[in-house]
Amino acid sequence: MKTQKIGAWIAVLFGASYFIIPLIATFEFSLRMRRGEYSFDAYRSVFADVQFRESFSYSIVMAILTIVFGVLLVVPTAYWVRLRLPQMRPFVEFITLMPLVIPAIVIVFGYLRLYNSSSFIPFTGSARGTDLLLMFSFMTLSLPYMYRSVDTAMRTIDVATLTEAAQSLGASWPTIMFKCIFPNVMSGVLSGAFITFAIVIGEFTMPSLLNRPAFGPYLQLIGANRAYEPPALAIIAFAITWASMALLQLVSRFSKSAPSKP
Amino acid sequence: MSAKQAIDFRKTAIDWLGILPFLLFAVMFLIAPTLYLVTGAFLNPAGEFTFDNISGLFTDKILASYWISIRVSLASSLGGAFIGFFLAWAVVLGGLPSWIRSSLLTFSGVASNFAGVPLAFAFLATLGRTGLVTLLLRDWFGINLYATGFNLLSFIGLTITYMYFQIPLMVLIITPALDGLKKEWREAAEILGATNTQYWMKVALPILFPSILGTTLLLFANAFGAIATAYSLTGSTFNIVPIQLYAQIRGDVLHNPNLGYALALGMIVITGISNLIYIWLRMRAERWQK
Repeated sequence: MKTQKIGAWIAVLFGASYFIIPLIATFEFSLRMRRGEYSFDAYRSVFADVQFRESFSYSIVMAILTIVFGVLLVVPTAYWVRLRLPQMRPFVEFITLMPLVIPAIVIVFGYLRLYNSSSFIPFTGSARGTDLLLMFSFMTLSLPYMYRSVDTAMRTIDVATLTEAAQSLGASWPTIMFKCIFPNVMSGVLSGAFITFAIVIGEFTMPSLLNRPAFGPYLQLIGANRAYEPPALAIIAFAITWASMALLQLVSRFSKSAPSKP
Repeated sequence: MSAKQAIDFRKTAIDWLGILPFLLFAVMFLIAPTLYLVTGAFLNPAGEFTFDNISGLFTDKILASYWISIRVSLASSLGGAFIGFFLAWAVVLGGLPSWIRSSLLTFSGVASNFAGVPLAFAFLATLGRTGLVTLLLRDWFGINLYATGFNLLSFIGLTITYMYFQIPLMVLIITPALDGLKKEWREAAEILGATNTQYWMKVALPILFPSILGTTLLLFANAFGAIATAYSLTGSTFNIVPIQLYAQIRGDVLHNPNLGYALALGMIVITGISNLIYIWLRMRAERWQK
């Protein structure tokens, strides 16, 4: 028993140093910009960069759009599959897992060939069209996470009874959807939203190959050309990921204390 | 009779109408693009059926890039699975204070999502030529890391970097499996006179084996498809398959678009097989977690 506990401490100490040393090193490196003393110059330089602000706000807008349209696609589908097409569940679940199986770079390669300017649906023909395609590609990337968290939240409510109750009170389909189902799966929607946000902000492959000015390609560009800004950006990116995941934990803990679970 | 049939038909039609947006989305943004590449891999530029592209993959340069990709993914998934398993074991069964468990799981949730370009920056600042660890090793212990042949922009460097998101992913997936080991099994084994080693070899590990193997395969596929970290760490000098494909998409470096499709098909096959085995093993493992 004694040796087991020592072994456990060794494992945890090793893991903790593997996780924490790179963060300390990154932070230390980001302070080195001024010769001979530590300063926050690198951060100042990052925040003063117009391209940083532009690409960051572009990615935030894309993340919000992705979340809104992703939720509007996923929630009704998960609801309908549970209510009317339970036999289709394995099939729908398989589709939602596909983005984990097919690498992002392969998916975007397919888009570029299928939706180029001379094709049937020329998404990449204009900047706005490419933005739209990029949003759809982000929706694809986040589909596994969004679907799973919404579906898990839906498991805890009885959709059939809720629907019948609403219908017998004379509610229309939109009322059922937005006043009855949505509020009940809000915890799932929120956890899906935070993961989506973290994915979209950091994604490099898709915006880079679609040539849109998102945060991921900007990071790569800075990494190739500057010395002290990249670690500062890494710290900022880590803080964003941390914030999204902290909110996610908060939401899931909050929903766990709800009494509706069977 | 026919009126009832008509009603039934209408009901079925409405049922299907409800998931039409989803099906349309799936076809447009998942199935059609993938099928386009897969069929393209078996066509020549004139549109005729051929196996030339597939056999075109078996050239030294492309095989080498698949080989280095497989090696990096395998090393980082095995290393990640091994360390991740011990970490999960330590917090579940090691008798440590419970705050360690919750902080490890929270941190793993963050770190498994901390990939891509920023991760490359972090490791350049740690183990790069002027990274903190490199400098400390030199100043405190007199070890010149780069004189020992170590290079962050290499197989070993990429493996260490990838393990930063592989270990937490393993922790997140394997912790519930370790939680599922029932105390009764251990007690039953001990009453029958089993030693600790016997319990692990004959009871615990066989139960956990599908979860461990399955998760390792998931980690493998995860590393195999990743590009952003490697690309911003090494530029295009390090020829793993995703980087090769990236260059091909950007500028047709293979001088044959259909060979590019075959390259993508090869990736789908490798990640597809490892994911399918993972899903199958996961279903087996879940039998014990009920």
